[in-house]
Amino acid sequence: MDLYEYQAKDLFAAHGVPVGPGQRVVTDAGAAADAAVEFGVPVVIKAQVKVGGRGKAGGVKLATGDEDAFAKAESILGLDIKGHTVRRVLVTPASRIAEEYYFSFLLDRTNRTFLAMASAEGGMDIEQLAVERPAALTKVPVDANVGVDLRTAREIVTAANFPSAIRDAAAEVVVRLWETFVAEDATLVEVNPLVRDPQDKIIALDGKVTLDENAAFRHPGHADLVDTAAEDPLEAAAKAKDLNYVKLDGQVGIIGNGAGLVMSTLDVVAYAGEDFGGVKPANFLDIGGGASAEVMANGLEIILGDPDVKSVFVNVFGGITACDAVANGIVRAFELLGSVTKPVVVRLDGNNAAEGRRILDDAALPGLRRLDTMDNAARAAAELASKGV
Amino acid sequence: MAIFLTEDSKIIVQGMTGAEGRKHTARMLAAGSDVVGGVTPGKGGRRVEIGTRTLPVFDSVGAAMAETGADVTVVFVPPRFATGAVTEAVDAGIGLAVVITEGIPVHDTASFWAHACATGNRTRVIGPNCPGVISPGRSNAGIIPADITSRGRIGLVSKSGTLTYQLMYELRDLGFSTAVGIGGDPIVGTTHIDALAAFEADPETELIVMIGEIGGDAEERAAAFIKDNVTKPVVGYVAGFTAPEGKTMGHAGAIVSGSSGTAAAKREALEAAGVLVGKTPSETAELARQSLVQTVA
Repeated sequence: MDLYEYQAKDLFAAHGVPVGPGQRVVTDAGAAADAAVEFGVPVVIKAQVKVGGRGKAGGVKLATGDEDAFAKAESILGLDIKGHTVRRVLVTPASRIAEEYYFSFLLDRTNRTFLAMASAEGGMDIEQLAVERPAALTKVPVDANVGVDLRTAREIVTAANFPSAIRDAAAEVVVRLWETFVAEDATLVEVNPLVRDPQDKIIALDGKVTLDENAAFRHPGHADLVDTAAEDPLEAAAKAKDLNYVKLDGQVGIIGNGAGLVMSTLDVVAYAGEDFGGVKPANFLDIGGGASAEVMANGLEIILGDPDVKSVFVNVFGGITACDAVANGIVRAFELLGSVTKPVVVRLDGNNAAEGRRILDDAALPGLRRLDTMDNAARAAAELASKGV
Repeated sequence: MAIFLTEDSKIIVQGMTGAEGRKHTARMLAAGSDVVGGVTPGKGGRRVEIGTRTLPVFDSVGAAMAETGADVTVVFVPPRFATGAVTEAVDAGIGLAVVITEGIPVHDTASFWAHACATGNRTRVIGPNCPGVISPGRSNAGIIPADITSRGRIGLVSKSGTLTYQLMYELRDLGFSTAVGIGGDPIVGTTHIDALAAFEADPETELIVMIGEIGGDAEERAAAFIKDNVTKPVVGYVAGFTAPEGKTMGHAGAIVSGSSGTAAAKREALEAAGVLVGKTPSETAELARQSLVQTVA
């Protein structure tokens, strides 16, 4: 889960990372003006969206008076930044900046460890820096069982050519960032820019944090960081039913078992759809190994509730699950749902497939079509969707 | 031969007394695996009836190994206890630890992986969040259905469980030397490369099927490895071409971040290394079938 900047900075502050003299998140321009009066001008007004490049998109502005804060906030609220609508802005007192640096801790999948990245040239796009001037970006592997103490932190900032006058101060902040990374089960903690003010204090002027959802069981507070208002309503409904669902922008609803098989199903439907006017998958939904009638009914209910869906493709390979159990689940799901008005294509293969197919054929469910291979079934589902039933 | 798991493997199950552990122990036994006991801290000394067998329960992996000569452990413990279980297995020096558990925090996996490395990699870790490893007709360590296919000449390595089953099913008449599910988490112990190297060295394996998916760069690195080190034909499949950026697709590791980890980049890298990449699972199976015929001819 990615956090908003203000949430990241709240976490930083809780772990002793300096984040500047104050911040307030507001959802209307009037409140931004009030904050400007309270903090004293100038203030910086920043769009809160979970995407980079806010500055270039006009989502970060300096305001020199309360009227100005109102106008600037009004111009940022409602902006569309790379598909993300700005619903709130962060108001902070403008900091005096002597220098800007970059610092992050992240999961290094390639080397199966953690990584510290630091640069004395902060403020710019770090992916661009890594490509254009890789020597300016220092990368230091961090052993999960050793961690980062003051000495290691000082070595990292020294290697990154942070000025000697502030290395001790920066190292202290780095240790706090590591504490944040570990204590919060983050997979990314990034500060860009990390700034040096005229008094040589080190401040995290921005913050980007990604939390590991697998660690939610030991962080009950992380649930409060979810922005439920920004969630897709279908994704929220699926989550409430414990379904692994992602909304996409196509017309063929997909249900399958196993993450890999469902991803593959989306691809196969998209290929088939190329012959039917560019029909695409409408969602990812993995009902997992169990595939009970209740889970099948819940899944079908979510997908049939999506107005974009014109046809549904249920693609199950019976591995541990037996296909007869899945077939019974589908029959029962149709009963639970009452009427199913969109065409449903089912492909069952693997364990007890013959019995599962017989159950579906005997049930003769209205609108349900059964095909024996994934490719043929995907094609049928795409064709049905293109007819826009 | 087979890789990682043979008819001589003696298997213990960590978490055997739990529901999942018990269910899959029964399935492993039915598949002919030599399961010799289980480990549940605090329940040592008990005996558990599973299927037609009565299996001893031990307090620790070390005690189980000493008593039974076990060299493989299959881990079914819940996420919050997984680090302890794997670390214990590594400290006991068992040869192979297959971690089935899904949902382990990545900080925990990073920790037990770092520990395995720091202690000299005596234990091969497979997973976490994986279906395990099967050498059909010989042994099964994990949750891969044993009745899909029999012993044969294809080696398979995959991030995904159900795609493994699908491909095994489509190629069931040809059979498999070993199928390894390496798991869909951001950090896994055994990689595509480890399995490719083992299949290359295994005289019984004549063709390798490699299944990847979005996220990370494991497939790209495997492609580079294949180019330099693998002489046997490799057929590939990659899932997730339609996955949007920034969304986790079921597996914790299946996510396109910015421009990295895309299916297109993986397919391109594999094709550049001479791997035949199928557009769908069926097409992949067909490519494998043709390659194997050519290899034999």
